[in-house]
Amino acid sequence: MRRMLAFAMLTLAAASSAAQTNLNAAGATFPYPIYSKWFSEFHNAHSDVQINYQSIGSGGGIQQLKAGTVDFGASDMPLNDDQLKQMGKPIVQLPTVMGSVVPAYNVNGVSGEIKFTPEALSGIFLGRITKWDDKALTDANPGLNLPGDQIVVVHRSDGSGTTFVWTDYLSKVSPEWKQSVGSNTSVKWPTGIGGKGNEGVAGLIKQQPGAIGYVELIYALQNNITVGPVKNASGNFVKASLQSTSAAAASVKNMPDDFRISITNAAGRDSYPISSFTYLLIPTQWQDQTKRNAVITFLNWMLDQGQSMVEQLNYAPLPKQVVQKERAKIKQLQ
Amino acid sequence: MWLQMVEEPQPELHLTNPQPTLPRLELPVRARLTLVTRVRRWGSGAQADSIFRSLMLLGALSLVGVIGLIVFELIYNCRPSLAKFGWRFFITNSWDPVAGDFGALAFVYGTLLSSLVALVIAIPLGIAVAVFINEICPRSLRKPLSFAIELLAAIPSVIFGLWAIFMLAPVLRSHLEPFLANYFGWTGLFSGPAYGIGMLAAGIILAIMIVPIICSISREVMLTVPQQQREAVLALGATQWEMIRIGVLRNARAGILGAITLGLGRALGETMAVTMVIGNSPDIVKSLFAPGYTMASVIANELNEAMTSLHRSALIEIGLALFMVTLVVNAFARLLVWTAKRGMSARVHA
Repeated sequence: MRRMLAFAMLTLAAASSAAQTNLNAAGATFPYPIYSKWFSEFHNAHSDVQINYQSIGSGGGIQQLKAGTVDFGASDMPLNDDQLKQMGKPIVQLPTVMGSVVPAYNVNGVSGEIKFTPEALSGIFLGRITKWDDKALTDANPGLNLPGDQIVVVHRSDGSGTTFVWTDYLSKVSPEWKQSVGSNTSVKWPTGIGGKGNEGVAGLIKQQPGAIGYVELIYALQNNITVGPVKNASGNFVKASLQSTSAAAASVKNMPDDFRISITNAAGRDSYPISSFTYLLIPTQWQDQTKRNAVITFLNWMLDQGQSMVEQLNYAPLPKQVVQKERAKIKQLQ
Repeated sequence: MWLQMVEEPQPELHLTNPQPTLPRLELPVRARLTLVTRVRRWGSGAQADSIFRSLMLLGALSLVGVIGLIVFELIYNCRPSLAKFGWRFFITNSWDPVAGDFGALAFVYGTLLSSLVALVIAIPLGIAVAVFINEICPRSLRKPLSFAIELLAAIPSVIFGLWAIFMLAPVLRSHLEPFLANYFGWTGLFSGPAYGIGMLAAGIILAIMIVPIICSISREVMLTVPQQQREAVLALGATQWEMIRIGVLRNARAGILGAITLGLGRALGETMAVTMVIGNSPDIVKSLFAPGYTMASVIANELNEAMTSLHRSALIEIGLALFMVTLVVNAFARLLVWTAKRGMSARVHA
C-alpha cells in the first residue's frame, strides 16, 4: 500500500516537472499589475512556461538577482555603472512600459486647475515656497484666486521608483535640488511629511487642507485625485495622460544601446515632463537553455501582444522605435 | 517449554521489567506483534523517558537558539555600517541615502519621545482602570469590563493606524491641537502648524495600545496583595482612597513598575500604527505637533527598497539596537513582575 502511494507520487512529480519551465522574477511594485496580467496571459498562450513574479520593490529585486535567487529582476530605476559592476554578471536592461508621476493637491476654494511651473515645484519641495498665494504660483495662474493657506508637502516615506522619477525631474529643473538633495528611490527631504506607498500619500493629501504631494498617474486616475498640469521643457502646460507620457518617450532622438535613459523634462510640444520607463533586468548568460529560450519567447511576446494590453490598465505603451531597438537587442541575446 | 514461553503474548506494561522476554532465536511460531504494540512497548521503557526529555530540551533550546541566530544575523549584516560609522552612528543626526551619510539620532529621539508621551498618558489611565476594576466597581461589571479592556489588546495594530488616520488625526487637527496651542503653547511643546498627524498622534495611539498591558498586569499584581493589608489600613481609619493608596498600591509598587516597563517594551517596538501617523520625517523638533520618525518605522519603510549595502546595513544596525533595547527592557520588566508576585506574601507577612 505504502509502496504504491510512493510510486504514484513519484510519477506525478516527474510528470509535472517534465512539462513545466518555472521562472522566478522579483522587483518593482509600480508595474506589478501589468506584469501579473502579462505572465498569466503568456502562460495561457504557452502552457509549458510559468513565470512567478514577486513585487518586493526595485531594491529587493536587484538584491535577489545579484544573489541568484531569481532568474530576472525588475526595476523602476535603471542601474548605473557602479551597480552593474556589483551585479557580478552581465545584465541587459529592457524597458517594458511607461509611467508618469503627477502633482496632486488639496486646496479649497480654487475654481480651476492649478498650473505648476518647474520653479514652483522645486521651490515648494525645497521648502522655500510656503504659502499657496506665493508669487511663483500666482504668476502662473493669473485667473485663479489662490488662498493664503500654508503649503503642506507630502512625500513618500518608503523607497520607491515614483520618488526616483520625481526627484530625477527636480534635479534636472533645479540645480539647487540637484546639489542639496539629489535623486534616488529614497532621499533626504528638506521638508514635509511622509506617507507609506501611493495610498499613504494620497490619504494624507486628502486629509490635509493645503497639501501637495506626488503620486503615480495610474493611481491618481483610479482614485479621482485633483491633479495639476506641469510646464514642460517647450513651455507648454501639459496634463499627464497616456498620450502625453508616450509623447515624452517618442521625443527621444537617440535611444542609447543599453536603454539607460531618463526621459524626465523631455523636449516635445506635448510631452509630459515627469515620465519614465520601467525596466526588466535580464542576465545575458544562462546556464539552463530551456529557461533562456522561455525568457526570449516571453520578451518577444511582450513587445508584440503584451504592448496591446497595457492601455487597459492605464500604462503607456512603448513607442515604436524603442520596440524595434529592443527586438534587435533580444536577437543579440540569442 | 521455551516454545510455550514464546507463544504467550505480553499483555501489559511492566515498568519494573521493561524488556520483554523474547528469546533471540528466530522460531517458526512467534506471537505476531502489530505496529501499535511495538510502539507501545518502545514508549514504555527507560529509554523512552530519556528520549522524551531530550526532545523537550531540544525544543526549549531551539527557541533560545532562534534568538541567538537573530542576533548573529543582525550583527553579521550590519558590518558595513559599523565599519563606516562606528558607535557614533547613534548620536549623529543625519539620514541621507543619496550621499550615503547615515546617523540614527533622529530615530532614537523619535522612539523615546513617542514612548514617553504614550507612558505619560497610559500610566495614570492604566492604573486607574486596574484600581477601578479590582477595588471599586461592582462585581457584576468586573468580568465584562476586564474582558473589554483585554479585547483592546487583541486589535491588530494596523487597524489602530487606520482608525488614527481617519478619526483621531482630524479631531487632533481641528480641536485638540488648537486648544493645546492656545492654553499650553507657552511650554514650547505645542507650537507649529497643526497637521493632525505627528508625534502627539503617535503618542496617543501608543497609549491606547499599552493601556491593556499595564491594566491587566497591574490587576494581577494587585490581586496578590493579601486582604489583611487592606483590612489593617481600614482598621486604622483610612478612607477608601487611602486604603487603596497605602494598602494596595504601595505594596504592589514593584509589580506595577514591571507592568509599566512591559508597556514601554511594547511601545518601543510598535511599528505599523506609528508609521501611519507619525509623519515619517527624520527631524528633531521640540514641538509635539511636528512629524517625527521612529526606529521601527524607518526599517519598515525603507528596508525593501534600500539600494546600497550601506543603506541596508544602516537599517539593520538600527534593528539591532531596537532588538537589544526591547530585549533588555522586557527582561527587566518580567523579572520585576515575577519577583513582585512571588515575594508579595513573604515580604508583607515579615
